[in-house]
Amino acid sequence: MKPQRDTPLPRPNVLTRPHWDGCREGKLMVQRCNDCGTHVFIPTPVCSSCMSSDMQWVETSGKGRVYSFTTVWRPQRPEFEVPYSVAIVEMEEGWHMLSNLIDLEPEEVKVGLAVEVVFHAASDEITLPYFRPAGA
Amino acid sequence: MARNPLHDVCIAGVYNTQQARVLEGVNEVELLVDAMRGTLADAGVAPHEVDGVNVRSAVWRINAREVSHWLGCSPKWNGGEFGIAGVLEAAGAIATSQASVVLMADAQCGQYTERALTAPWTRPTNEFVECWGLYTAAEFALIAQRHMAVYGTRPEALAEVSAAIRSNGAINPDAVYYGRPCTPEDVLASRMVADPFHLLDCCMTSEGGAGLLLTTVERALDLDCEPIYILGGGLDRFGMSYVMAPVYDKYGLAGRRAAQDAFEQGGIGPQDVDVCEFYDPFSFELIRQFEAFGFCDEGEGGDFVMDGRVRIDGDFPLCTNGGLMAYSHAGTAQLLQKTISAVLQLRGKYIPELTVPNAKIAMATNGGAGALFTDLMIVGKEQP
Repeated sequence: MKPQRDTPLPRPNVLTRPHWDGCREGKLMVQRCNDCGTHVFIPTPVCSSCMSSDMQWVETSGKGRVYSFTTVWRPQRPEFEVPYSVAIVEMEEGWHMLSNLIDLEPEEVKVGLAVEVVFHAASDEITLPYFRPAGA
Repeated sequence: MARNPLHDVCIAGVYNTQQARVLEGVNEVELLVDAMRGTLADAGVAPHEVDGVNVRSAVWRINAREVSHWLGCSPKWNGGEFGIAGVLEAAGAIATSQASVVLMADAQCGQYTERALTAPWTRPTNEFVECWGLYTAAEFALIAQRHMAVYGTRPEALAEVSAAIRSNGAINPDAVYYGRPCTPEDVLASRMVADPFHLLDCCMTSEGGAGLLLTTVERALDLDCEPIYILGGGLDRFGMSYVMAPVYDKYGLAGRRAAQDAFEQGGIGPQDVDVCEFYDPFSFELIRQFEAFGFCDEGEGGDFVMDGRVRIDGDFPLCTNGGLMAYSHAGTAQLLQKTISAVLQLRGKYIPELTVPNAKIAMATNGGAGALFTDLMIVGKEQP
């Protein structure tokens, strides 16, 4: 499976732009709370664990494991090439994000599979963080 | 313990309009008018007697203000929620004397036109979701796949749930999929949509309307109606549906808090439920709900639904009208229709083959773990 060629692209806002700017620079950025240490995703104005406003954007390892997945054969819209594999990745730092898995076949996807982020430029502004088997 | 004021509120009227995959030559005004007339007639209430209104439509966004004009009534209460949350909101308003007769109605037609895409209400536009090709089937599949990996839940169990529900719809003359029998083998042989969901693991899309009228038990005694009583209800919500990743460990037991509250309010337990009008967007969701509500232990839902237990003649019959899989799934009216089906079943309004003998208590639910919420209510044939 490969990156999609034509997907609806994110439109960053003031809250989410640091994440997308990071992706463009090859860094997987997430908010961490300076008061309680929790990594929070998706971007929020306050920590969802302790409601602190002292949130800082930090670079993360980009490594994690497939927490769950679904291989999709009926696409959300015709621009998507099937099959594509949607996954929840549980990151090393304990946060979760949705993404697509690439560089493997559908039957190779398993819960617990070690994966790493791989960035794919979708436009001048937007780079999407896909995941592939670790060390591939 | 003080008497629960919800127990002095009842459902006095229910009505479903015609339902179809596409309703040709009908608009949402006509659907809503039909839904409201039918509901008022079922309850034996005149339009001007309505003093609480919660009415909506999906595409034309018809609202309570417009509808109050049509009804010639001047409500002293308006509701803002839909589905079971709306019914409980209205019941609370009546229990606290803010209103005495609440009319709810909902309708949708003409919303799903671009068929190359999945239905518009299934496609979140959030920037952390849309670009990955997610839609509701994939969201719920992420919950199911985790459960299957952790507990070994089998595709055959999912297929049994779908087949049980679709078999009810196949013999319900009012169901959109009337005359279309379904076996577990049919489900497993249908094309894959979002692994582990085959086409027949997924609910349909359709069009239609529905209405429901609530009033006090005292008032209902003076009406020519067949009241069904509210035993309990509650919501269980976890924030931004279709935005946050549907992580099973966070949301997998959505509805447990609501079920515990509702059972406590009614002074009953899962074993007392005769009819399960559970929310059935995707087959696995029913397995999860039996676990979340305490009908069985976590991880045992796959075995629980086997051996005919959720068939129409089983101990816990599911979705006795055919549910979202085979009866109808229109706009947000379908959420209201879970309670309506519970009422119709307890009143004995279904054909004999779909009537649960001596059914006294029915549980209706909305939502699911993939949507990060589960709301529910329990209704009974007798006042608690």
